[in-house]
Amino acid sequence: MSGRSLYRKIVDAHTVSVLDEQHVLLFCDLHLMNEYTSPQAFAGLQAAGRGVAMPGQNLATVSHIIPTHAVFPRVIREPASSLQARNLAANCERHGIALFDTNDPLQGIEHVIAPEHGMIRPGMVVMCGDSHTTTYGALGALGFGIGTSEVEHVLATQTLVYRRAQEMRVRVDGHLPQGTTAKDLILMIISRIGAQGARGFVVEFCGDAILALSVEARFTLCNMAVEAGARGALIAPDETAVSYVLARASDIDIAAARLDWMELHSDHDASFEREYSFDACGVAPQVSWGTSPDQTIPIDGRIPGTADHPEAGTTRALDYCGLSPGMSLQGLPVQIVFIGSCTNGRIEDLRAAAAVIRGRRVAQGVRAMVVPGSGAVQKQAEEEGLARVFAEAGFEWRRPGCSMCLAMNDDLAEPGERCASTTNRNFEGRQGRGAITHLMSPAMAAAAAVTGHIVDVRTLEALP
Amino acid sequence: MSGIRAIEGIAAVIDIDNLDTDQIMPKQFLRGIDKSGLDKGLLWDLRFDGAGSPRPDFVLNQPAWAHTRILIGGANFGCGSSREHAVWGLQQFGIGAVIAPSFGEIFQSNAVNNGLLALVLAPHEVRALVAEAARSSAPLRVSVDLGDLTVRTPESCFAFHLAARHRQMLQEGIDMIGATLRQQQEIAAFAKRHWAARPWLRDVGSRVRQKLDQADPAPSAGEIIASSER
Repeated sequence: MSGRSLYRKIVDAHTVSVLDEQHVLLFCDLHLMNEYTSPQAFAGLQAAGRGVAMPGQNLATVSHIIPTHAVFPRVIREPASSLQARNLAANCERHGIALFDTNDPLQGIEHVIAPEHGMIRPGMVVMCGDSHTTTYGALGALGFGIGTSEVEHVLATQTLVYRRAQEMRVRVDGHLPQGTTAKDLILMIISRIGAQGARGFVVEFCGDAILALSVEARFTLCNMAVEAGARGALIAPDETAVSYVLARASDIDIAAARLDWMELHSDHDASFEREYSFDACGVAPQVSWGTSPDQTIPIDGRIPGTADHPEAGTTRALDYCGLSPGMSLQGLPVQIVFIGSCTNGRIEDLRAAAAVIRGRRVAQGVRAMVVPGSGAVQKQAEEEGLARVFAEAGFEWRRPGCSMCLAMNDDLAEPGERCASTTNRNFEGRQGRGAITHLMSPAMAAAAAVTGHIVDVRTLEALP
Repeated sequence: MSGIRAIEGIAAVIDIDNLDTDQIMPKQFLRGIDKSGLDKGLLWDLRFDGAGSPRPDFVLNQPAWAHTRILIGGANFGCGSSREHAVWGLQQFGIGAVIAPSFGEIFQSNAVNNGLLALVLAPHEVRALVAEAARSSAPLRVSVDLGDLTVRTPESCFAFHLAARHRQMLQEGIDMIGATLRQQQEIAAFAKRHWAARPWLRDVGSRVRQKLDQADPAPSAGEIIASSER
């Protein structure tokens, strides 16, 4: 019998029963909820006269609809959104579920607050009605997004009828060059394997370049695995991951946990249905040009195809983005810069952006925003002086939330506006109808803010 | 949603790869606490222009396609966001099946959980359907039979695969939660063993929240850094 993969070990350890060849009843250690994908699930429970099976394994936050203006207290003015927030609070109150409410100083995006307070632990199964739940693979926890019917199933049973995924391993060796980040790495990988390249798979990332990443950088990497269609992402927890968790969780029997977590790696003879290998050394800062995250090129590259022969399937994206095959993105003016999201809204992201901005000013005609991923990130950034760097440079220093990543609140780009964005999706209309999104790293977005156009951050002249 | 044996009717082609759920159901329609009114938002930016007027060239706005029952889509249909509103909106619009070469996985689960058939055909088979639809100015009529698992049009017939569980869910409309609740004792026994081995996973949500509350009973809201804001 061949060895087991990390994925298989986690699934086996959470299998309550095997339902058929493909499906198991999978136990959920932590179920996270937000205000817009959970209401119909709670309503469904109510209608069926059912309760919440294990309230302590659940957690909720107001994240997607919340306005991010720098005011206190925060008020959700849009009536329907306000009702969603109040409805979430009422549901949590009724069922005894912990909540990070609108004016909680620790409120934030689910995928930022759960790990920063030590709730995500190696070997866990985490589910959330949000596709970016793949983030938790960074700590060796299997996270994946679910729909609202499944949210209801998890609330009622603390389990999910789960179809086992296929397994993929992505090895990245070498070192990321100066000026490049996990964001550039994952964008490069998505551009190579495609927006459905990992569909049906859970992806295990391994190799020197992965182990050299900080935990926050690993969050960025695993977060965006879903943009290649992945059902989950995993990195075997090493000392970097374990230290991150133990520094934040005070309730863990360390000796017992370390013993348990030592098993969390793929056996040497585990087999994978698909394997890829990449070299980190050649990664340049990446920028998306189209309307799917795999439509991404290195900053020194050109949009694929020629004027006479655009690459198949790219015409619609090029029309939407007002670009042509063969073009370089360098020098393309931007009107908005957005730094934030569950992909790049953590303290290291803000430090990287601030390092570029320090001593510079936002270019004329550019609206530049920073939206920290959580109240804790906001507070830390203020204590470190980063908030002042942003504000003095002309950035809007805003309150935490999902904000312009999906523009469900009032942070919306106008038609035709081009946005340099640290988010995860450049879909048509995602940041506002007719708005054009260019995905990139925080440092690259910061460089775009101070120059007014898309630029290679590595070419900015050092300040005295 | 129970008792689906066949889905037949007019098919509309939306030949766009990676048609994400943001496009199927945009953000401004996600503000409800129930499932109602989502037919209005379906494919909003494709159906309507910036002023809110219907785009006459879009297939679903043409009178002959007013009663579209089946969509024929591109690869990775429904990728992206987990929002189940995309599935609810399709159903409220009258769509009973989407045929595509592949689907975003969360969308596919959401579809089966609501009795919307997300039907996978090989890329060349979907291309054949698209070509057949393009050859006629009248809408293509498609019938999907869940008994013999075939897709039929006037010119072609393709077999498709459907997991036994999913077929049963569509045909019988199983109450999944009810079925799982019959395993309540197994779940409780599992949890007991699981937490005995890994006590740090028990009540992780509520315990961490309590600790945070105890650690800093009245954290400050933080200084508001002055920054100009649009």
